Amino acid sequence: MSELNKRQDAVIEEFSVFDDWMDKYSYLIDLGKELHPISDKIKNEQTLIKGCQSKVWLDAKMEEGKVIFTADSDAIITKGIVALLVRVMSGLKPEDIINGELYFIDRIGLHENLSPTRSNGLVAMVKQMKMFALAYHTKLNS
Amino acid sequence: MALIIDKIREDFPILKETIYNKPLVYLDNAATTQKPQVVLDKLIEVYTKYNANIHRGVHYLSNKATTETENARLTVQKFINAQHSHEVIFARGATEGINLVAHSFGEKFIHAGDEIIVSEMEHHSNLVPWQMVAEKRGARLVKWAFNQAGELELNELEKLISDKTRIIAVNQVSNSLGTINPVKEITALAHRHQVAVLIDGAQAVQHLKVDVQELDCDFYVFSGHKIYGPTGIGVVYGKEGWLNQMPPYQGGGEMIESVSFEKTTYNQLPFKFEAGTPNYADSIALATAIDYLTALGLDDIATYEKELLDYAEAKLLTIPGLEIVGTAKKKTSVVSFNIKGLHAYDVGTLLDKMGIAVRTGTHCTEPVMIHYGISGTVRASFAFYNTRDEIDRLHQGLLKVIELFA
Repeated sequence: MSELNKRQDAVIEEFSVFDDWMDKYSYLIDLGKELHPISDKIKNEQTLIKGCQSKVWLDAKMEEGKVIFTADSDAIITKGIVALLVRVMSGLKPEDIINGELYFIDRIGLHENLSPTRSNGLVAMVKQMKMFALAYHTKLNS
Repeated sequence: MALIIDKIREDFPILKETIYNKPLVYLDNAATTQKPQVVLDKLIEVYTKYNANIHRGVHYLSNKATTETENARLTVQKFINAQHSHEVIFARGATEGINLVAHSFGEKFIHAGDEIIVSEMEHHSNLVPWQMVAEKRGARLVKWAFNQAGELELNELEKLISDKTRIIAVNQVSNSLGTINPVKEITALAHRHQVAVLIDGAQAVQHLKVDVQELDCDFYVFSGHKIYGPTGIGVVYGKEGWLNQMPPYQGGGEMIESVSFEKTTYNQLPFKFEAGTPNYADSIALATAIDYLTALGLDDIATYEKELLDYAEAKLLTIPGLEIVGTAKKKTSVVSFNIKGLHAYDVGTLLDKMGIAVRTGTHCTEPVMIHYGISGTVRASFAFYNTRDEIDRLHQGLLKVIELFA
């Protein structure tokens, strides 16, 4: 099993204890609160992903062949999901990010937050994560 | 006569739906309204009894569909008290209506160096088309700013009007603040300076009685889906004098008188502005919605909705940290608010889980949010089928949200 899928399964396992929406969202809110806000230096027009409902900031760097993501959002629930995405995707090799399939959002019942119509910036964030990985992958192999 | 809300709610089948196993509380009426059964029945009737392309057919069904469509136009004419039925043009919605006026009026009457005044509280639909026309024609857009309460001031407008001003675009009711603007006085002032006025009535016609002759406005637009009618249909009212001078908006069937390969002469009003097969089914059902609304009575609707607004504002203001955005003296049943420390998106997402539908974000009025220096609001907008119990549920829901974030 890939590292990405191992991490996704761990999140699914973690969420399986919640049987009502309130516990699930409370946990998400806690995750959002715990995620260290990225410094204002990194929060700029380049890292901003505009959703019409909430804003997401995403930055990436390469360390020892792995992509490290940092991200933030102005809405806490979005930030909670951002925290999960970072936890699952950060520190992987570019090709694992490019080729991996994200299924944990669906499985923990938060799919509506990642629907293209939701315009909270999360769909664009996942796309941007893959774009970063692709850029690093190209750089490594050029 | 007071409205009997329990009985009215029976007319709207969707209100019986449950969301996440909870009874639906629908408080997003400024975005779109729900449809009474009579409107749904009318759509089925059109498609099952007399569906046929209108105006040019010689057969029975076509004649029947044509008659019903033109009767719908008469219903709209009466509803807004237009002088002539050919001053009523069917469009896809208020947005298309404004684009039609901006384009066709602009082509004829707006030239390089001219000015267009647009209020700061317009929906993007009544801003972007004017930006496009201004760019195309080399004209300048002039912002009519609102005050902190969310009100437009006439004396400010007077300062902005110049001999270059050609048109003023303003809403009768703000979708994000609920402000009712003094459109009759705006029009009178504009006309003293020979300036035309377009009124965006998308948030007004479902709440207040509108008489375009009394307002004396040059153009008035509204959408069908916000007035308990179908989506994809809207109305442009324009004074005959303007419409006759303006070039068509789109070319195609219906809008022509005769066509040779080299040249086309255009049809008369209103058909000149209705290119292609019209949306006759929705026009006919829109008339049914108007009849339904008129039978309830707009005065009674306004009275009841004002009660809901007062109740909601008083109740919501008991919540610590809650601040209402848009505190105009005259408002329709719209409450935009923020709770200190909470993001509107988070509030809306959690209310949804409780079966409560509100809108969050900028409400397509980014300049309004920029004015207040906020990223958005939570907006609860009420219709005559809403109840105090539902407002209580909103209130309880918000307390729960605050608890979850504590």
